Amino acid sequence: MTDQAYNFAYLDEQTKRMIRRAILKGVAVPGYQVPFASREMPMPYGWGTGGVQVTSACLMPEDCLKVIDQGADDTTNAVSIRKFFQRTAGVQVTEATAEASVIQTRHRIPETPLREGQILVYQVPIPEPLRFLEPRETETRKMHELEEYGLMHVKLYEDIARHGQIATSYAYPVKVEGRYVMDPSPIPKFDNPKLSDNAALQLFGAGREQRIYALPPYTQVVSLDFDDHPFEAGKAPHDCDLCGAGESYLDEVIVDDAGGRMFVCSDTDFCASRQAVGHRGRLSPEEV
Amino acid sequence: MTPEALTGGFADAPVQAARAFRAALDALSRPGVIHTVAGATPPAPLSVAAGVLLLTLADATTPVHLAGDHDCPALRDWITFHTGAPLVDAPSAAFAIGRWGALAPLSRFAIGTPDYPDRSATLIVEVDDLSATGAHLAGPGIKDHAHLSLPEVAAFRANRALFPQGCDFYLTCADRLAGLPRSTIVEAC
Ligand SMILES: [Zn+2]
Repeated sequence: MTDQAYNFAYLDEQTKRMIRRAILKGVAVPGYQVPFASREMPMPYGWGTGGVQVTSACLMPEDCLKVIDQGADDTTNAVSIRKFFQRTAGVQVTEATAEASVIQTRHRIPETPLREGQILVYQVPIPEPLRFLEPRETETRKMHELEEYGLMHVKLYEDIARHGQIATSYAYPVKVEGRYVMDPSPIPKFDNPKLSDNAALQLFGAGREQRIYALPPYTQVVSLDFDDHPFEAGKAPHDCDLCGAGESYLDEVIVDDAGGRMFVCSDTDFCASRQAVGHRGRLSPEEV
Repeated sequence: MTPEALTGGFADAPVQAARAFRAALDALSRPGVIHTVAGATPPAPLSVAAGVLLLTLADATTPVHLAGDHDCPALRDWITFHTGAPLVDAPSAAFAIGRWGALAPLSRFAIGTPDYPDRSATLIVEVDDLSATGAHLAGPGIKDHAHLSLPEVAAFRANRALFPQGCDFYLTCADRLAGLPRSTIVEAC
């Protein structure tokens, strides 16, 4: 049941039209940050109001929505957003990546490959990849216009000089279709290869910064790197202790007061689905 | 204002606009894919699909240009009543609607600026035939390549050469639509 005190999916029609037009411009110019007039949402900025507004503008009654926070469906943030759209749009919800038509995410790309027709909506805190180099919006806009991305390369190269490798491990900058440098939101760089050539439509919403950008399906996305220091997605030298997956992104979890630890998939749906079909890891409970 | 101007809009705007937007979004995200839409019954010569696009995307903040036969009293009244969009000349338009010959030359329309390429016009091109055949399409949204029955090739190639500036297009035919963003590389087949 939808709550009739609200418009469908909460936002009023004029606001949704404005956001929808911005999304379409983003699709037409992949990686370019489209300004939009962000609205107050009934949740704090840190909760992904940009993503929520994009999701609100996209949802239709037939959708099945999944919401993840750092890969998990059951955090307070994910549960709140899911309930918000259940109540205001009456959509079905799911934790299964394959069942969802729209997935809103904070800081991860699901392990299960996405398919055509799915939409992945990212919550973005800082959309401007050049912001830490240049605080002035007029200047960063000029840099994008002129493709002046040399400073970004200098920053990454300083990492190499200092650490022997590129130390940036989250929000690792990418170049879209050889044109715009884009911040992929604070996903681990492990997820960067999934940005490129993805069958799903990827939409990015930054509420406080009032920017929307997009990657249409099968868009070519390259992580910035150097000939002598090529991009490496990085992978912990462990398998998941619960499902045994060797190729998923892992969270380290402290399991007891003695400092015992385990490594588990950050994508809870992926891990649970593997366990459900019999995959086991180092610390899986014994079969009964 | 004619009585027929008052009819033909969405009966349930929030839900019908949501479905229409998803069709428009998917069409622009995957050039060559054709969607069928519903919910608008505009006066001639506007197609159902073009009417649905206007009801979904246009409002008082988006000036609309009507080209050629589409610039008629019935249509002016209908758009004014249902969207509140100001009707303007080509250079000021956020959306332009007409047949291909009436929209030409495309150089009349806004292509955005180098720093704000989003400040550009979207052209809704009414066509007699719409099918996934003909011109060869490649670029974002397209797995390998796609085909779309475009009215010509040269104008779309010239538009692509302006990237990231340029116009974006919807092709509409009765209740069906396809999208062609400025990013698409068009070649004759
Ligand atoms: Zn696992």
